[in-house]
Amino acid sequence: MPFQPVILATDALVYLLILLAGISAFYTHRHEHLQMPWRQVGRSRTAMGALVVIGFYVVIGLLDTLHYRPANGTDAQGNPRYATEVMSVLDWAATPLREHREKTYSAPFSTHLYMRETVELPDGSKVRDYPRLKWGGAHLADPDDAAMDIVQRSLLGILVGAGLWLGVLLIFARGRWAVMRGWWQDPAHGPQRTAAWTLLVMLSLVGLSLTLAGAYHVFGTDKVGEDVFYQSLKSIRTGLVIGTLTTLVMLPAAILLGIMAGYFRGWVDDVIQYLYTTLSSVPGVLLIAAAVLMMQIYMSNHQDEFNSLTERADLRLLFLCLILGVTSWTSLCRLLRGETLKLRQLEYVQAAQAFGVGHFTTLMRHILPNVTHIVLIVVVLDFSGLVLAEAVLSYINIGVDPNTNSWGNMINSARLELARDPVVWWSLAAAFVFMFALVLAANLFADVVRDAFDPRLRERS
Amino acid sequence: MSEVAKPERSPEAPVLQVQGLKTHLGASHNPVRAVDGVDLTLRRGETFVLVGESGCGKSMIALSLMRLLPPGGRIVAGEVLLEGRSLLDLPEVAMRGERGGSIGMIFQEPMTSLNPVMTVGRQVAEAVRLHDPQHAGDSRPRVIELFRQVGIPDPERRVDEYPHQLSGGMKQRVMIAIALAGRPRVLIADEPTTALDVTIQAQVLELLKDLQRETGMAIMLITHDLGVVAETGDRVGVMYAGQLVETADVRPFFAQPRHPYSRKLFRALPGPEKRDQGLDIIPGMVPPLDQPFPLCRFLDRCEAAQAVCREAPPPWQGSPGDGYRCHLAVDQIHLEAPVLPPRRHAAKTDRPLMQARNLQMYFPIRRGVLRRTVGHVRAVDGLDLDLYPSRTLALVGESGCGKTTAGKALLQLLRPTGGSVRFDAQELTRLKGEPLRRLRRQFQIIFQDPASSMNPRMLVEDIVAEGMVAQGLGGSRADRRQRVARLLDQVGLPEAALRRYPHEFSGGQRQRIAIARALAVEPRLIVCDEPTSALDVSVQAQVLNLLKELQQELELSYLFITHNIAVVAYLADEVAVMYLGRIVEQGPVSVILNQALHPYTQALLSAVPVPDPAHHRSVLRLEGDMPSPANPPVGCHFHERCPRAEARCREAYPPMVEIDAGHRAACWLVSEGQDEQVSDISSKGESE
Repeated sequence: MPFQPVILATDALVYLLILLAGISAFYTHRHEHLQMPWRQVGRSRTAMGALVVIGFYVVIGLLDTLHYRPANGTDAQGNPRYATEVMSVLDWAATPLREHREKTYSAPFSTHLYMRETVELPDGSKVRDYPRLKWGGAHLADPDDAAMDIVQRSLLGILVGAGLWLGVLLIFARGRWAVMRGWWQDPAHGPQRTAAWTLLVMLSLVGLSLTLAGAYHVFGTDKVGEDVFYQSLKSIRTGLVIGTLTTLVMLPAAILLGIMAGYFRGWVDDVIQYLYTTLSSVPGVLLIAAAVLMMQIYMSNHQDEFNSLTERADLRLLFLCLILGVTSWTSLCRLLRGETLKLRQLEYVQAAQAFGVGHFTTLMRHILPNVTHIVLIVVVLDFSGLVLAEAVLSYINIGVDPNTNSWGNMINSARLELARDPVVWWSLAAAFVFMFALVLAANLFADVVRDAFDPRLRERS
Repeated sequence: MSEVAKPERSPEAPVLQVQGLKTHLGASHNPVRAVDGVDLTLRRGETFVLVGESGCGKSMIALSLMRLLPPGGRIVAGEVLLEGRSLLDLPEVAMRGERGGSIGMIFQEPMTSLNPVMTVGRQVAEAVRLHDPQHAGDSRPRVIELFRQVGIPDPERRVDEYPHQLSGGMKQRVMIAIALAGRPRVLIADEPTTALDVTIQAQVLELLKDLQRETGMAIMLITHDLGVVAETGDRVGVMYAGQLVETADVRPFFAQPRHPYSRKLFRALPGPEKRDQGLDIIPGMVPPLDQPFPLCRFLDRCEAAQAVCREAPPPWQGSPGDGYRCHLAVDQIHLEAPVLPPRRHAAKTDRPLMQARNLQMYFPIRRGVLRRTVGHVRAVDGLDLDLYPSRTLALVGESGCGKTTAGKALLQLLRPTGGSVRFDAQELTRLKGEPLRRLRRQFQIIFQDPASSMNPRMLVEDIVAEGMVAQGLGGSRADRRQRVARLLDQVGLPEAALRRYPHEFSGGQRQRIAIARALAVEPRLIVCDEPTSALDVSVQAQVLNLLKELQQELELSYLFITHNIAVVAYLADEVAVMYLGRIVEQGPVSVILNQALHPYTQALLSAVPVPDPAHHRSVLRLEGDMPSPANPPVGCHFHERCPRAEARCREAYPPMVEIDAGHRAACWLVSEGQDEQVSDISSKGESE
């Protein structure tokens, strides 16, 4: 085999998450009343547009989750030997980006370094000048042609994007032009049309990056000459993992404790309430800082327990998810407790009691299904908050491992770059653009989900 | 009909004229035609009652007149003239002056119509400042005057109180005061007493009548209760599926309703004279209003329908203010005297099925940081009840008297604080865990609100089978399914209902599902907690019929908790009247309804509106509201409101004395006259 698959800890959890999402999608599909709110989401133009954007992020994140070790040669018995370095499919797809390393900073679309260096001219004399980049615009004979070249490549990129887009639409229309026209003109397909337009924009961006990113550094390079666009792409997975796995790890505790407190009341309620009021009284940042610092020390004392740097960084990411989960389950727990207090007074719960139905069955059959909308709303609303939290935590150095690509780390390094003269602004800008697009899309989507699932809003509409 | 109603029968000029009003809701390509061409006229000093079942569009008329339609609602046609001015053409700014000015409105729910963080005086003053420029500067005297006018005692103190300090009846009076602030010519009252108890309802209706006499305003009263119509109305309009199907003066209407729907409504009313037979029902359901109606809307449910009915929409017969919408002349409308199955009432056996003695249900009141118990809410305070097989005991009382709590405590859904409950000679209060769980199949409960008594996320099949699964009955899954289908058939639902969700059914159908669910475990006793109070008259008749049939067939024993005296008269064998956690009078239904001895029972019965305008009852007006069960008055609980209270009543709680066989009452006035035969069967006479 030319590669050996690697499953990191977070990968395993991501797969588990996908499995759970698949199961619940299947279950929802079989139950009419569960489908209804999702249909309402599907009827919203905003949600469909946002969903397409989120979809692109998810695809990139998933590509970055498929890890492997490439083979590099064979050993004495002819068995393949694998590199110690763990790669992902995204790394492979973005090989040019990964390998096009410059010496140091260069501005976006620049053909020269951002710093003067002593350059030796062919005649042997030395001048201090901005040297040509090793990769950025290296194909050009005359760097002054760059502007024209960029315009040409951009047009080509947009054409590629539009071509891809038409292809996708034709696949949906099963290759029939007339079907597609009819579909497009149907006024009932407004939300889908919005999705299609968003898709066109996103595919054009893909086309642009295909034609431009190989030849230029579209977001410039950082201090050690690494492509900032590549860093931003790699950061997507970190953001998504933090946003989703954190809720995944906190959900069981929040749901179980929340509905137990509300249902049993009495001393159970007291214990759980004391637990979460105590936890939520501790400043979250303090707790996270303490835990992460402990983890850091443990890791640096037990270097040999980790096979690779990637694995170590990954464990630290998982640990950050856990600790963020511990500090964030209390609000959901409190919400669920309140809702359960209300539900247990409802007559169908009392009817079940009158039949002699046991507590566990009542919880599973009557309480849990009727609080899922709250869980869903909270999960979706929390997502963007967690993505932002990661940026803040990494900025103050208690977030993910410095080796892990993340928007927080990019912003952290931008702190010094902004103090330079002339200013290096592109790391911050790239992190901002990528994070803003994701968080905006997630927030727009969350609003629609909330409206669709909140029964109080549903009654009014 | 599109002609303008002429004020031919009344010397008074019309205040409000509505012509061809059409109100649509929802999407424009498939609208719900909530109001579909309504004409009506209101004259000065007249009470026009709009009566109809839920969803018939009567509230939508009121909201259209006020131009306060919910989002998505719009008036698509018609004209509304208030003293000759067209309201629908006014700009919104001018309309705001009319609302609360020349048209006042009171809503059903006084609890949610008042802002809880403002004193009631300020809320009334707001209306005064807006609509009464004369008193805009210093509104307080006018507010106090208004409070006095609506009969709020001690108005100087009350104006500074917050809504939560007032009882429901008082809040409704404040709402009326707000509506009166602009000295309206028209007062629209949308079910103003539905949320109130009968004794309070009587006070509020009387108040509205008095105010009308004083001010000469026209009242448009919206209700579903034919008793209220007879009591307060001058003219009546019957709504069905978005249209008026009959308008008439109240007296002739009750003497001879003309439209088949109106006639059927009267036949579906329960009452003592129908005890020995089933109730007549209106088959089918109100058609959904999101379709155009080329024919009569009542056609599918009408027994009198003839060929002509299937050809054209029905014309309006008679004058605009006095006529009905039907093809047939009055003497052509033949409603078969229905063949109603007889109902027999089982005789009392010796051994009660369930017996409660001195049942107490106290809820602790906790205060302070340490949550110390500082007192108790005595929701049920010493209850003695005997339930016999195949018989129905009605537990009657106003809201807050503890009747629902008593029902739940009997079934051990709430564990009683004290006393004993014996079911078939087995003591329930000390039973726990598995033995109690197994016994639960013998006694079941049906709740008031069929919407909240079923898990919206479960299929009807699973809902009905839940008890069987929990009790390990019904064998395999397939057997259970068959049995569920049989049960649904028994309560008159098709087998297709199995695979559907509760929200797909109407209120009456859902109540049937709830009954099927209770029957699934073959109980011997069912506590029915106001099972029909959320239902319309015609649907109520279906559910009552079903309950009665099942009782005969399965020898069920019912504890029927209700405040509806007509239902009690129809269904019950015995009645127990509850006041503030205790039974004040108990006896056979005929005795209680005709020869009640306890002053509270007498007042309660006299406050019930009777659907017969010729029936002139003298309402025994009760002052004030029921005291709090956390702090019951010393002596007889009722003495503060009792018109016949004596010194003795303030000192000690009267003992329960037996007057006749089975007729018992707890009142000093009763026991006084009975001194010789007093047989004190209860020793709960201790003072508080």
